[in-house]
Amino acid sequence: MNLFSIGFRTLFYKESLRFWKVATQTVAAPVVTAMLYLVIFGHVLDGRVEMLEGVAYTSFLIPGLVMMSVLQNAFANSSSSLIQSKISGNLVFILLAPLSHAEILAAYVGAAVLRGIAVGAGVFAITAWFAHLTFVAPVWIVVFAILGAAILGTMGVIAGIWAEKFDQLAAFQNFLIMPATFLAGVFYSVQKLPPFWLAVSHFNPFFYMIDGFRYGFFGQSDVSPWTSLAIVSVFFAVLTAMAINLLKRGYKLRH
Amino acid sequence: MTAIQIDRVEKSYKGFKALKGVSLSIEEGEFFGLLGPNGAGKTTLISTIAGLIRPDAGSVKIHGHDVVTDFREARKRLGVVPQELVFDPFFTVRETLRLQSGYFDIRNNDGWIDEVMHNLDLTDKADVNMRALSGGMKRRVLVAQALVHRPPVIVLDEPTAGVDVELRQTLWKFIARLNREGGHTVVLTTHYLEEAQAMCQRVAMLKQGNVVALDTMSTLLRRVSGSQLVVHLKSGTLPAELRPLVSHDEPNNGNNKYTLRVNDYADVEPILARLREAGAVIDEMQLQQADLEDIFIQIMEEGKQ
Repeated sequence: MNLFSIGFRTLFYKESLRFWKVATQTVAAPVVTAMLYLVIFGHVLDGRVEMLEGVAYTSFLIPGLVMMSVLQNAFANSSSSLIQSKISGNLVFILLAPLSHAEILAAYVGAAVLRGIAVGAGVFAITAWFAHLTFVAPVWIVVFAILGAAILGTMGVIAGIWAEKFDQLAAFQNFLIMPATFLAGVFYSVQKLPPFWLAVSHFNPFFYMIDGFRYGFFGQSDVSPWTSLAIVSVFFAVLTAMAINLLKRGYKLRH
Repeated sequence: MTAIQIDRVEKSYKGFKALKGVSLSIEEGEFFGLLGPNGAGKTTLISTIAGLIRPDAGSVKIHGHDVVTDFREARKRLGVVPQELVFDPFFTVRETLRLQSGYFDIRNNDGWIDEVMHNLDLTDKADVNMRALSGGMKRRVLVAQALVHRPPVIVLDEPTAGVDVELRQTLWKFIARLNREGGHTVVLTTHYLEEAQAMCQRVAMLKQGNVVALDTMSTLLRRVSGSQLVVHLKSGTLPAELRPLVSHDEPNNGNNKYTLRVNDYADVEPILARLREAGAVIDEMQLQQADLEDIFIQIMEEGKQ
């Protein structure tokens, strides 16, 4: 794959322009939603619970909310673009073009990362006013934000290829992405869970994305950031291979 | 050089065989027509050429590049106007054409984009969002999108379906010029047989997934036995020995008007002489040449009896 090819850059630009043209819906709305979570949960729980030692609940919550927004919006970008293009038929313009499978995947995932990071940055910029935050290891923040967004962008590509109707995509989002995100420790530390659910959480790859991201802020995490990085990287590699395979086979795209 | 080589292509959908081993060779610079009734397999074949459908067996090559195994080189050489009126509602006409150029690795293509828009009467709509365009205008953009990368092979899948006369004329004028002056190979499917007759040098007719006719237009036109002589008698009746010549398609419907099949002009005089001998007086007379529609109907009817 040539990341400098005009074909890749054009598709990336088009996918980015697509969400930017409706930024109120794709960027501003998720920022407001995350802020509401913070106001409600932060107001109710701040001072009553402590997830990490010496860290106020609102401060603990903000990285979780930022990462949740990054992940959900990255998924929404690639999946909704693909399903809309499939249903309206304009995906044909991509399918007729001499783009490689890797270029197509990279462009969709790249735009998904951009939207995820844009929303995450927006959520951070708004919510950071409500609490004191530290940045112990900013590199981990950047690494997990980008990797997490790339993973969800890739999952969005897979879901967008697989789904034939909007309700199938909604099912993917509501029954897989949403629970996996919420149960990954956005609002709590998994260490506070009973042993069974603590063990289950360790099978959820989303947990490692959020845990590693939060480590970058507080220098504390449920598992080592290196372990999280390894698990998240393997997960990303597996999903990328799956997505490339679907594109190569033309699964539900080329009949 | 062969522009499109189709070799024993088969395609089935859930047990239904849409293409049953189609083989065709379309030469560079040809204006080629792909005709057939609905469900004959035209769009399946076009989609296979475009790489949108994977054949179960056989292969398709564009300028020697396989559309499955060497798809990037094949697609660079191919411009396809899809049958469905599809568009991306997020962009203007110019943005759409710039994006399409980019997908084909072309940057700074505005000169050619302007020329294509001018030739398709789209210049006034350059900055209009695709959603705001009429159906005919959207069709023009589809044609423009297929041409932005100056493909040597252009495939048009029913490009004039449901569009007005003005667009048809504009489109055919431009496509004919690309074929004539630029040497572009053009493959056309259409239900308007008069368009195919006017534009195509060679034609393939598909029926139930098989090629049932493949010839030059002039040979095909000669294939149907000649013409039809339409006579409207003022008085008298058609002599019995002329009755076998009456066309089954247009029998006398009580107004003393007869359509008689003739091979050529030489057959006309003996018919007129026989009518004079029988005392019949001709009120009106017309000699109609056979056209592609007659041939199409004849070929499609073959095998039905």
